[in-house]
Amino acid sequence: MLSYTLRRLFQSGFVLLMMSFLVFVGVYAIGNPVELLINPQADDAERLRATIAMGLDKPFYAQYLAFLGTASTGDFGRSFVFNVPALSLILQKLPATIELALFATMIAVVVGIPLGLIAGLKPDSFVGRAIMALSIIGFSLPTFWVGLVLIMFFSVHLGWLPSNGRGDTVDVLGIPVSFLTWDGLTHLFMPAFNLALFKLSLLIRLTRSGTREALLQDYVKFARAKGLSNTRVIGVHVLKNIMIPIVTVIGLEFGSVIAFAIVTETIFAWPGTGKLLIDSINQLDRPVIVAYLLVIVSLFIFINFLVDVVYSVLDPRVRLGAQSGGGH
Amino acid sequence: MNAVLQVENLRTHFFTKAGVVKAVDDVSFSVERGKILGLVGESGSGKSMTGYSIMGLIDAPGKIVDGRILLNGENIIGLKHEQWRGLRGNRVAMIFQDPMMTLNPVLRIDTQMIEAIQAHEKISSVNARERCRAALVRVGIASADERLNSYPHQFSGGMRQRVAIAIALLNKPDVIIADEPTTALDVTIQGQILFEMQALCRDSGTALIWITHDLSVVAGLADHIAVMYAGKVVEYGSVAKVLDAPLHPYTQGLLASVPSRNRRGQPLKQIPGMTPSLLEIGSGCAFRERCPYRMPDCEATPPLSPHAAHRQVRCFHPVTGHSA
Ligand SMILES: Nc1ncnc2c1ncn2[C@@H]1O[C@H](COP(=O)(O)OP(=O)(O)O)[C@@H](O)[C@H]1O
Ligand code: SF4
Ligand SMILES: [Mg+2]
Repeated sequence: MLSYTLRRLFQSGFVLLMMSFLVFVGVYAIGNPVELLINPQADDAERLRATIAMGLDKPFYAQYLAFLGTASTGDFGRSFVFNVPALSLILQKLPATIELALFATMIAVVVGIPLGLIAGLKPDSFVGRAIMALSIIGFSLPTFWVGLVLIMFFSVHLGWLPSNGRGDTVDVLGIPVSFLTWDGLTHLFMPAFNLALFKLSLLIRLTRSGTREALLQDYVKFARAKGLSNTRVIGVHVLKNIMIPIVTVIGLEFGSVIAFAIVTETIFAWPGTGKLLIDSINQLDRPVIVAYLLVIVSLFIFINFLVDVVYSVLDPRVRLGAQSGGGH
Repeated sequence: MNAVLQVENLRTHFFTKAGVVKAVDDVSFSVERGKILGLVGESGSGKSMTGYSIMGLIDAPGKIVDGRILLNGENIIGLKHEQWRGLRGNRVAMIFQDPMMTLNPVLRIDTQMIEAIQAHEKISSVNARERCRAALVRVGIASADERLNSYPHQFSGGMRQRVAIAIALLNKPDVIIADEPTTALDVTIQGQILFEMQALCRDSGTALIWITHDLSVVAGLADHIAVMYAGKVVEYGSVAKVLDAPLHPYTQGLLASVPSRNRRGQPLKQIPGMTPSLLEIGSGCAFRERCPYRMPDCEATPPLSPHAAHRQVRCFHPVTGHSA
């Protein structure tokens, strides 16, 4: 188990290094931020001074090494635009994004799994078919379009839900959250649903096919042969088995929920990292872009690691296999 | 009569898009307390569906369309869902063919055993667990306490089947239906389990229905035998009588295809032809395409009729008249 963990850590470090390089190269290739930041009337001397101040006069590899050196201490440089450390800018916006992503995932789980279960138990019924039709729609509609339609309907037409911002927030452990105030909740609901829709459809399908497959298994027939109630057969025997792939997918997809939040945050002006990224790209704020990408990659890696742990807790075959492996 | 279970003219059909599959089509037999009935027939002859029908485990598009299943004299067909659930695993238990698949891979053995008791009586988990431990010991599982905390994948196939047997025994059922429980195991373990099941049922007075496609298994195990062909029981009687002097041409063919000590050196005979499809099966004797004794009247469907004492056969021309 220890060697496995070490290997995982080593792999993670390597992935991070590769990403840092790719990100740096990619970002380096776009435009010259000096042009955007200084007064267009400025003379060459002033331009040179700005270039040197931002370290853009040095050769590429020197810039990369310098970046690596400072990045490893958590310093991604200062935002060209806001003139504050890029990382602190990201971290300041991260809670909003994570709140949105968590809430979206919660909606997907709370709605998707029961619907998938119903569709799996009664695949030929009207309800089962209707659920599947909904999931197909949820899959195929583009996020930004759904977001706009939601705003048109609930904000513009009905005037029920606000269409931008986080609303009132309260601090929990020094982190501002929206979901604890009514105003914040009304702001959170629409973007979270918008972000959840795709995952919700995915979970419906996953749960449905898992349920259908599990129902055909001998262990379900045997559980019924023992005289167990339907509730116990489905709630324990079926659900516990299908939870293994479902939890894995929820975990792995959490990263992509954060990534997709870029679109949703832009539409609903949700002040998270996604919106910050788009703004930073528009302004060629390189340190912020780089810091964003690396923070998100680190988050991905961390989530994958957590998923592995949860997976091994859920599946005794993996858990015990790993234990006996450690004994060698 | 002290028959615990009587099945009378049972018919279970599957209403599929392609047509009606008469998986079980006029099956009758009975089992007595502490006795063993061998239910024999080729794969696809409806043995498992007969077992599932008795358990009330036939799922759509299948349906019991006719007949009676008398458990201790009471017809259980037509019972409410909840009443039938109360019988399953309690008065009638079932063991399946593949022990690698019947236990839930993500639940501990104790969970899977205790729930089987608690489904039928109010009992504390501690007391239920003690009964589970005793049941494991009875089926010959060593260090039962430790085994209760294990997961199925930590057991061999034979051990898993023993666990399944222990689960079936937990509530001291009147009848256990064992659906080819040793087919997936290797031969030595097959023999052990066969022997142990026999002893367990005799001791507890449980009636046992042993489903198999292998006549030689039944020969050393069962008291009575019911031979199935194409969804129907074609011959029923005591093992000694049926195996000594089979009445139905199909039973005779089956026997000729089993290696036996007193016919050593003689070639084994295969029954020519194939089992008919049960989909939209017409009238007439289902065996007639393969039957050496076929006559024009075999175009009608023969009934299962009494023949001599305690024997029944579904044939217009039982083998006695021929030189078999
Ligand atoms: N869900 C189903 N739909 C249609 N036919 C079925 C279904 N389940 C079983 N059958 C049919 O029932 C017949 C008997 O099956 P089974 O009882 O499993 O045979 P055995 O146990 O003797 O091998 C088979 O011919 C099979 O095709
Ligand atoms: S009824 Fe006729 S065809 Fe059928 S088994 Fe008897 S002799 Fe053969
Ligand atoms: Mg079968």
